[in-house]
Amino acid sequence: MSLPDRRENEVRRLLAHRPGRPVPADLAERAGLLGTRLLRRRRALLAAAWLVLGAAAVALAAWALATEPWSVPPPATSPTGGW
Amino acid sequence: MRERRARRERLRAREFDAFVAGAGGRLLHAATLLTAEPPGAAPEAERLLVLALARTRADWARLRGEDPYHHARRELAARYALSLRRHRRSRGGLLGALPPRERLVLVLRLFEGVGEEQTAAALGLPVERVRLLLERGTATLLSRPPAGDAPARPRARRARRARAGRPGAVPGTEGAV
Repeated sequence: MSLPDRRENEVRRLLAHRPGRPVPADLAERAGLLGTRLLRRRRALLAAAWLVLGAAAVALAAWALATEPWSVPPPATSPTGGW
Repeated sequence: MRERRARRERLRAREFDAFVAGAGGRLLHAATLLTAEPPGAAPEAERLLVLALARTRADWARLRGEDPYHHARRELAARYALSLRRHRRSRGGLLGALPPRERLVLVLRLFEGVGEEQTAAALGLPVERVRLLLERGTATLLSRPPAGDAPARPRARRARRARAGRPGAVPGTEGAV
């Protein structure tokens, strides 16, 4: 085993040493509560985004039906004729 | 429909609780190493871990076969990386003498066994830099007696090892790496 490897193993051993310490009992509960709140907020945000998108689509359709931008406007200048 | 969804949600909550019961200790140890708090009194590590686990809980339905442990570890590293300045001060833990970024590299590479390239990608650093941080952190850690919670071992042996590992080291500059 090379020297750096041995040194790394030494550090590995130091890091892995875990004093027997209990994990707080409410850890999962706290994380779970925060997580579901995060999830609800994410879902609400997504729903709001869809709502805005839908409203924009309806508005665009209404505007298009009202103004019919695809119809050709009547010519504003008279034909020059002869040229 | 609503009933089925509620049942699925309850199942996910149970799965998540079981996951935390199994992996919580190891993750909390990793978080405590990162924040350099003494084991047993690590409120900052707990706070960090709860935030990371909350994200894992929120993404639970979207994990699709990914190991939740990897997800939680990634979130933990990301949260920590965002608040490196906050953790500059040592709080008396094993890695207290190391700058926060070196702690993160040491924990990911040597405690979690994450590969060099994966660590570099997670931290957004070049691989050479990760290697350098690991070397520096290792040298610092082995050159000084670790704080209280480390397993006891003869001091002379450790010092000899540290010296042997740095052939170019000038006497008297130890610990100044």
